[in-house]
Amino acid sequence: MTTHVPQGAGHLRTDETPPERPASQTDQSSPDAKFPGALVWADERVGAAKGLRFALKKVFPDHWSFLLGEIAMYSMIIALITGTFLTLWYVPSMGHVVYDGDYVPLKGVGMSEAYASTLDISFEVKGGLLIRQLHHWSALFFIVGIALHAARVFFTGAFRKPREINWLIGVVLSLLAIIEGFAGYSLPDDLLSGTGIRAMNGFMMSAPVIGTWMTFFVFGGEFPGEAIIPRLYIAHVLLIPAILVGLFVLHLALVVVHKHTQYPGPGRTNDNVVGFPIMPVYAAKAGGFFFVVFGITALVSALVQINGVWVYGPYDPTQVTAGSQPDFYMWFSDGALRLLPGWLEFTLFGTVWSFNIFLGSLVLLPLVWVVLGAYPFLEAWVTGDKREHHILQRPRNAPTRTAIGAAAISMYLVLALACVNDILAIKLGLSINDLTILFRTMFFVLPVLVFVVTKRLCLSLQRHDRERVLHGNETGRIVRTPEGRFFEAHEPLDEFERWALVDYDTPTPLGLTQGPDVDSRGVARRRGPLAGAQAAVSSFFYKDAVTAVTPAELAAAHHHGEHDALESPSIPQLGAPVNDSTGDDDFSEGHGSAVQAPTHHH
Amino acid sequence: MSSLAARRRSPLALLMLLFLGLTFTGTAYAALQTGAAPGTSAEGASQEQLGEGRQLFLANCASCHGANAEGNGEAGPSLYGVGAAAVDFQVATGRMPLPAPGVQAERNISQVHFSDEQIEALAVYVDSLAPGPDVPEEQWLDASQGDAANGGAVYRTNCAMCHNSSGTGGALTRGKYAPTLMGVDAQHIYEAMLTGPQSMPVFNDQNITPEEKRDVIAFLKSIEDGANDQGGHTLGSLGPAGDALFAWTIGILAFIGAAVWLGRKAA
Repeated sequence: MTTHVPQGAGHLRTDETPPERPASQTDQSSPDAKFPGALVWADERVGAAKGLRFALKKVFPDHWSFLLGEIAMYSMIIALITGTFLTLWYVPSMGHVVYDGDYVPLKGVGMSEAYASTLDISFEVKGGLLIRQLHHWSALFFIVGIALHAARVFFTGAFRKPREINWLIGVVLSLLAIIEGFAGYSLPDDLLSGTGIRAMNGFMMSAPVIGTWMTFFVFGGEFPGEAIIPRLYIAHVLLIPAILVGLFVLHLALVVVHKHTQYPGPGRTNDNVVGFPIMPVYAAKAGGFFFVVFGITALVSALVQINGVWVYGPYDPTQVTAGSQPDFYMWFSDGALRLLPGWLEFTLFGTVWSFNIFLGSLVLLPLVWVVLGAYPFLEAWVTGDKREHHILQRPRNAPTRTAIGAAAISMYLVLALACVNDILAIKLGLSINDLTILFRTMFFVLPVLVFVVTKRLCLSLQRHDRERVLHGNETGRIVRTPEGRFFEAHEPLDEFERWALVDYDTPTPLGLTQGPDVDSRGVARRRGPLAGAQAAVSSFFYKDAVTAVTPAELAAAHHHGEHDALESPSIPQLGAPVNDSTGDDDFSEGHGSAVQAPTHHH
Repeated sequence: MSSLAARRRSPLALLMLLFLGLTFTGTAYAALQTGAAPGTSAEGASQEQLGEGRQLFLANCASCHGANAEGNGEAGPSLYGVGAAAVDFQVATGRMPLPAPGVQAERNISQVHFSDEQIEALAVYVDSLAPGPDVPEEQWLDASQGDAANGGAVYRTNCAMCHNSSGTGGALTRGKYAPTLMGVDAQHIYEAMLTGPQSMPVFNDQNITPEEKRDVIAFLKSIEDGANDQGGHTLGSLGPAGDALFAWTIGILAFIGAAVWLGRKAA
């Protein structure tokens, strides 16, 4: 990690108006400065200079994980550009034509204009196939980027106050992105995408009571009808992109309003941003990264086939192909359908209730995004924390959140993999039925396992950090004292390294901070109806937290006498459960009082 | 002249020779491995051929299918009425004799231990017990006479739900599977449609006419010849599953690698 401390960053957080400029920078604002005529012209009419100065002086911190969102952003731009190209040739119509194009294995086959035009784009329009593949690959990378970016924001706690609204916008953006993706890959009207639309049709039909009406409304009659492709088209090229881009601009605007978060490090506080201004550094980096992303996407699109629609043939409701999967972002829902038992479909009051489909689609899809959107508020509720947070947390320093996130991902992965159960079965020589049983079991067992393992890992890593802070790095150098004792020499951490390891705080469970039920005068405290639950969840989150090393602890560890005093009471506890205090007892393990001595006598 | 002569004692020469030899015999073997001659049936079979077929049957098949092919319960079904086509399909693709019981007999072209004449003898013998479909005539096996586009339509209606629209196969229940159709001899494709081996339904000449079967063969051969291979590597023709695997492995590694590289770049 870089540890530059660029000048002039601190004031940006605390005060929007630029402070007095140092003499060396005043040349631009001095009256005799030479500006290009066009700039002056524009500034005199729209006042661009002020906004531009503000924008160009924005400071962004440097970290590779901050570029994950940019992967999504640039992929979206690539998809917008290539998508515009495709609209020039694509015909959003289910009108029937007989194919007479260049692709021989489909010559003379009846199909929709949508499919025929997609084939034309692929085989006859110059560069059409490359642009189609760019469009589809960039769409996949868009959603991959969103997923990674969301994971980064989640696991580092970047969604905390004041960024909850931006998290919500991001959650809505991710939902829109997959709906946009679904609408997009449905447009070619080939056998695979038609099967996907058929699945969507089934999803809607599974809605109790209104299902049939809803599908007739959306499809303009019985499936497949002739309306769905034009409707999906306008959703795909106008409605969703407009909302997507609008919300995305808001998403970015809020990043500017809030300032960018940063990882803990030397000189980085909750009140500054340490990094580089957009002009010239960050603009070059981010601009360069756009071309890197475009380059990689173009390379992949040129070398690897994606959604070869000619392979599937035209859609026909009587046909289906083995290995029909949606694009990966819809897998979890399709997978849930494959795992839900058939007996969930039953007949009551003379009507079929398809809960085997309803639960995995119309319930699961919104549920995932509601849970995602609700999480920051849940965490704020259990911490009772009203402060602003601009310093990110290392995932290990929020063990319960990290464990919840990992468990949720494992649950999602089980569902997603269940969607490719047929491919897994044939490629691994397994029985699809066994896989179904395995995935059904794993859906319930794996999240618990992953939660426990992740949390333990985080706690261990935290204790390891504490040990490093208090006692330094192991050197592997064994020293023998004149008395014949052996110890391993430890090297103290430098302050820069230490900063990142101690700059975090751990909330105390609410039950402990709220005090007793009755105050000193015997008056019962006023508590909300959910206070008990809140305290319980809070305790679940933070009861076994490992706190950061305090300056006092560090001083004690460095001072030999106090070091012993600090350590000696904990020695009898070595065999005791580790979670009853803050975990301090653990770092004394495996390093007797003699070990540290020499390194501190300098 | 002498450049070749000088190199013939090189250690690489032996490897080269071995490679060429194996390639040619392998290719020749594969090319010849078609099994019974087209049109084979019990009609017009000689007494000698039937006798040889019976001997082969008793030695290789009877333990499961019964001495008179009447079947033996769980061990093996009756072969009455399966015809020469079924025998040729099962034996010439290495599925029978079954090496070991399992969920289904696997195609194993390198494990065919019978000559074409022997397979033919077996086929006519079984067909002579109770007649069934004949090994198809040569004219229905010529992919060049078929209409690949029509074959594709027939294929998508009747075959793709198990064998995948690109003919790469698919999973069935309980570990069974529809095998890939790539690299399968035209005669065996036809016979499979005609006789419906294992989990496969029978597509007799009323379901799919011989012309349409030939069209299906033409369609599959066109895929084999690369009709689908447009726009780069096909990632095993797994559809979105292959794309996802690529995006989440190589694709994302490239992006993150670039991000890490850029993040480390000093300003």
